[in-house]
Amino acid sequence: MSQTQAVADNVIQGEVKTRIDRWLARYPNDQKQSAVIAALRIVQETQGGHLTKDLMDQVADYLEMTPISVYEVATFYSNFEHKPVGRHKICLCTNISCMLRGSDELLGYLEKKLNVKVGEVTPDGKFSIKKVECLGACGGAPMMQIGKVFYEDLTESRVDEILDNLE
Amino acid sequence: MELNQCCYRNNHLERSWDIDVYISQGGYEVWKRVLAGELTPQEIIDEVKTSNLRGRGGAGFPTGLKWSFMNRHAPGPKYLLCNSDESEPGTFKDRDIMRYNPHQLIEGMMIAGYVIGAHAGYNYIRGEFWEPYKRFTGAVEQAREAGLLGENILGSGHSFDLHAHLGAGAYICGEETALIESIEGKKGQPRFKPPFPASYGLYGKPTTINNTETLASIPMILAKGGEWFRDIGVANAGGTKLFSMSGHINKPGNYEIPMGTPFKDLLAEAGGMWKGRQLKAVIPGGSSTAVLPAENALAMTMDYDSIAKAGSFLGAGSVIIMDDQTDMVKALERLTWFYYDESCGQCTPCREGTGWMYRMVHRIVQGKGRPEDIETLKDVSGKIMGRVICGLGDAAAIPVASFLKHYEHEFRHYIDHGCSIYDRA
Ligand SMILES: NC(=O)C1=CN([C@@H]2O[C@H](COP(=O)(O)OP(=O)(O)OC[C@H]3O[C@@H](n4cnc5c(N)ncnc54)[C@H](O)[C@@H]3O)[C@@H](O)[C@H]2O)C=CC1
Ligand SMILES: Cc1cc2nc3c(=O)[nH]c(=O)nc-3n(C[C@H](O)[C@H](O)[C@H](O)COP(=O)(O)O)c2cc1C
Ligand code: SF4
Ligand code: FES
Repeated sequence: MSQTQAVADNVIQGEVKTRIDRWLARYPNDQKQSAVIAALRIVQETQGGHLTKDLMDQVADYLEMTPISVYEVATFYSNFEHKPVGRHKICLCTNISCMLRGSDELLGYLEKKLNVKVGEVTPDGKFSIKKVECLGACGGAPMMQIGKVFYEDLTESRVDEILDNLE
Repeated sequence: MELNQCCYRNNHLERSWDIDVYISQGGYEVWKRVLAGELTPQEIIDEVKTSNLRGRGGAGFPTGLKWSFMNRHAPGPKYLLCNSDESEPGTFKDRDIMRYNPHQLIEGMMIAGYVIGAHAGYNYIRGEFWEPYKRFTGAVEQAREAGLLGENILGSGHSFDLHAHLGAGAYICGEETALIESIEGKKGQPRFKPPFPASYGLYGKPTTINNTETLASIPMILAKGGEWFRDIGVANAGGTKLFSMSGHINKPGNYEIPMGTPFKDLLAEAGGMWKGRQLKAVIPGGSSTAVLPAENALAMTMDYDSIAKAGSFLGAGSVIIMDDQTDMVKALERLTWFYYDESCGQCTPCREGTGWMYRMVHRIVQGKGRPEDIETLKDVSGKIMGRVICGLGDAAAIPVASFLKHYEHEFRHYIDHGCSIYDRA
C-alpha cells in the first residue's frame, strides 16, 4: 500500500479528528465513550452520509471501544444511516401534529415530484426521502429537516421553492 | 391572561439570545447574589418549594423536593443534567427557550448545580435541534467569557463547568435514565428505578436531572420570590406554564400562560379552530396522555388537577387539537406506530405489545379488522401498563385505551364497513 493510500484510509485525522477531540474535551478523561454519538455523526457527515463497518471500526479504535458497542449505538439511533442517502436527505415528519396538517399528502407530493419512494435515492444522488418521527417543531407543521435546517409551514409550492434552491 | 411572564419573557426582544440583552433585563443578577453568598442552597430550595414549581418534563415531580434529595457535601463528583430531548409528539416548547432565552436556562442550570453541589452540568439536546444547540453553546461561550462560568467564578471559590451533549434520534432518550446511558455512550435503554439518579446517576455519580423549562424558571423564581411564582398559578400548580399548541387551529405555536387558565381561553389565544370547524377532541399533554372529547376539554382549566379530573394528564403541556373531521382511527394508527418504532425492546410486554397494537389498528384501517380486535386491543393495552421498566410502556398503552374509550364507534364502523365514518360508502 502506498503512503498516500494508507493515510486516506484513516478518516479520523485533520479536521475530523479536531472536531471529535473538541467533543472528547467535554467529558471526563476516562469516559471517552461519551463522545461516540458525536464521533459517529461527524464521520457520517464528512464521509458521504452513511456509516460503513470500516468507519464504525475506526471510531471504535479511536475511542478505545469494542467494535460491537459502537455498532450497537450506530444502529440504535435513527439519525445514523447504514445505506447510501441523497446529498440532501429530506426528513419529513409524519407524526400526529404534522399529519393533522397534511404531511401524508405532502409525502405523496414529494414522492411524485422526485419520482422516488421513501428510502430511495434519486438517480443523480441528489435527494432521498425519509419519514421521521416528531422533530419537536409541531407548531410549524407540516415540516421537514434537510441537513441542519428545519423548514416549517410547508405547502407544495414552498417545497418546490426549497428543493429548487438546493445545490 | 398575561402572557410570557417567565421563560419567554425576553423572546420579543431583538437578539434576545445575546448576553447583553439578557443582562439588560436583569439577567445573571441572581447568580451573582448566589456567588456572593447572599442566597444559601437551603434558602434556594425553600424558595423553590414555596413557588410550587413542579417538573415540566411531564411527571410533575416537585422540583424543590427533588433537589433536597442531593447531599451537596458528599465527597466526589456530582452532576446536573438538563433534559432537552423534547421528543414527545406535540411538544416543542424547550426548543424556543434555547433559541430565544438560552441565558436564562444557563443561569438556572448554574444555580441548580450550585444547590446540589455539582461540579459540572450537561444539557442533553436532541440531535435534530441544530439551531437551538448553536444558540445554547454560543450563550455558554458568552457566559464563560464574561467570567460567569468556569473555575473560581468571579473570585467566589466556586467552580462549575457546563456543556451541551447532542443526541442522535431516539424518543426513549428523554426518559431520564436512558438519557444518562446515552451520555455514557451507550444505547438509550432505561435503567430500573430505584435507585434514582440522585443516588446513582451519570457515571454512577449522584445526579439531578430536570427539564429545560423547569430550570429556566428558576432565575425568575429567585428574582421575584417563590410567592410571586406560586400566586400566578393555582393551588397545587404554581406559576406559568408553556403550552405547545398544534393541530387544527389558526395560530399554532407556544403560549406561556398562568397555570389554571381555562382551556377555552387558551384555544382562543391560539386563534381558535381553523376553517371555521368545530372542536372534536384534544390531547392535552403530549401524545402519551389520554385523548379527551371536546366537552371534557372545554370544561377544564390548564393545571394538573383539572386536567386529571377531565380524564387526562397535563404532561409536558403539549396540546394537540383535532377538528370535527378527524379520523380517530387513523390518528391512533399513527401513534401506535410511533411507540412501536421507539420501544427500546428491553421489556417483553412493551416490545411485543406495541407491535401487536400497531398491527391490529393498521389492519382495522385497511378494512380488515375483526369484531374481536377491539377487546384484544383493550386487553393488550391493559397488560402493558405497570408491567414494564419505564414510562414508555404506559405511554403506548394510554392512547389506545383512551381512543377506544371515547371513539369505539369509529373503530366499529371501520370493522363493519371497511372505512371511516367520514367516508361515504
Ligand atoms: N417532555 C417530553 O417530551 C416527554 C415527557 N414525558 C412525560 O414523562 C413522564 C414520565 O416521566 P418519568 O421520569 O418516567 O416519571 P417519574 O414519576 O418516574 O419521575 C419523575 C421525576 O421525579 C423523580 N422521582 C420520582 N420519585 C422519586 C423518589 N421516590 N425519589 C427520588 N426521585 C424521585 C424521578 O427521578 C424523576 O426525575 C410522563 O408522565 C410524561 O408526561 C414522556 C415522554 C416525553
Ligand atoms: C419515554 C419518556 C420520554 C421522556 N421524554 C422527556 C423529554 O423529552 N424531556 C423531559 O424533560 N422529560 C422527559 N421525560 C421525563 C423524564 O424521565 C424526567 O421525569 C424529567 O426529565 C425530570 O425533569 P422535571 O422533574 O424537571 O420534569 C420522559 C419520560 C419518559 C418515560
Ligand atoms: S417499557 Fe419499553 S421503552 Fe421502557 S424500558 Fe421497557 S421496552 Fe424499553
Ligand atoms: S409532529 Fe411533526 S414536528 Fe411534531
